[in-house]
Amino acid sequence: MRYNEKELQALSRQPAEMAAELGMRGPKKGSVLKRRLVKLVVNFLFYFRTDEAEPVGALLLERCRVIREEPGTFSISFIEDPERKYHFECSSEEQCQEWMEALRRASYEFMRRSLIFYRNEIRKVTGKDPLEQFGISEEARFQLSGLQA
Amino acid sequence: MAPGSPPGPAIATMKLNERSLAFYATCDAPVDNAGFLYKKGGRHAAYHRRWFVLRGNMLFYFEDAASREPVGVIILEGCTVELVEAAEEFAFAVRFAGTRARTYVLAAESQDAMEGWVKALSRASFDYLRLVVRELEQQLAAVRGGGGMALPQPQPQSLPLPPSLPSAPAPVLSLPSAPAPVPALPLPRRPSALPPKENGCAVWSTEATFRPGPEPPPPPPRRRASAPHGPLDMAPFARLHECYGQEIRALRGQWLSSRVQP
Repeated sequence: MRYNEKELQALSRQPAEMAAELGMRGPKKGSVLKRRLVKLVVNFLFYFRTDEAEPVGALLLERCRVIREEPGTFSISFIEDPERKYHFECSSEEQCQEWMEALRRASYEFMRRSLIFYRNEIRKVTGKDPLEQFGISEEARFQLSGLQA
Repeated sequence: MAPGSPPGPAIATMKLNERSLAFYATCDAPVDNAGFLYKKGGRHAAYHRRWFVLRGNMLFYFEDAASREPVGVIILEGCTVELVEAAEEFAFAVRFAGTRARTYVLAAESQDAMEGWVKALSRASFDYLRLVVRELEQQLAAVRGGGGMALPQPQPQSLPLPPSLPSAPAPVLSLPSAPAPVPALPLPRRPSALPPKENGCAVWSTEATFRPGPEPPPPPPRRRASAPHGPLDMAPFARLHECYGQEIRALRGQWLSSRVQP
């Protein structure tokens, strides 16, 4: 699949929600743990060799699953292939917890559901649709029907 | 569009979880926009008709509507959407910043389709969504009043959300910076971790164990308004949004006047 790699690389240079050096192991059998600078920017997780400016790779964090593995370790996998896991080793339980929380909230789809939730809560309290003032109340992307059943 | 690296073993392209991307492109969830568009192959290339699907901040394009796998994807962060002078009718462009950045020239098949696409694409970025969510978070906190935030009632199952507000005190929310073309300042560290709620079991990010937690750092100011009027730093969100609205209205004005042709 083609993609605008230059722009993705530029995105990897933007300020990150979270960034840390973690141990990372790819999903293939026999993968070795490697030190990587891992950086969360919007709904992408970039990973760099620790001394390089360009990322080795990126993971789009949509339809992903973040679970605890061994103590201090979590994995990311994707709905369509849950056994194919990217492992991340943290330096502490607290760091592991922090990353898992952040990654679970990192997807566009999660953010969209947050919006719909807030919209409804505000509507319930005030009787008004908060998106109307911004002229986006009819946007397809913010409708309740946009939620996956 | 294509990964920019030249052929040869010396330079590796960046890895991307393309298989997951393809599944995301073709999954059953409702899309944010879909339709045929003509895509210009390159600066001097011809247009190809492709089936486009917008989902979140990803603009996928397929050979046709029945294809199982996208030909490609345009990641929509840090771009602006503009009208262009083109031989094609109903043309518009997705333009990225940067010296050798690509501009994608697209053409719709009708005025309505073009307007629909421009609106959808200009609001497609994660950054934009995050701005709106932050604004609503503030509004909700405001209407609920100060201390002693009441927990919302559990939602009926029409909304797949078991919502809960954090027990941590609400962090001070700084207004998002305006979309100005300046590099972002180093961001403050997030407040420390939420009280852990997981019990260690697997949680799908698509199932909303929704938790509006401590604020992420302000997004980088990346999206450029077409006519920045000096520093809009700390502008109220309504003004910021007005800028987005102004762009749309300006474009509409141009479309309407360009339609008055002999």
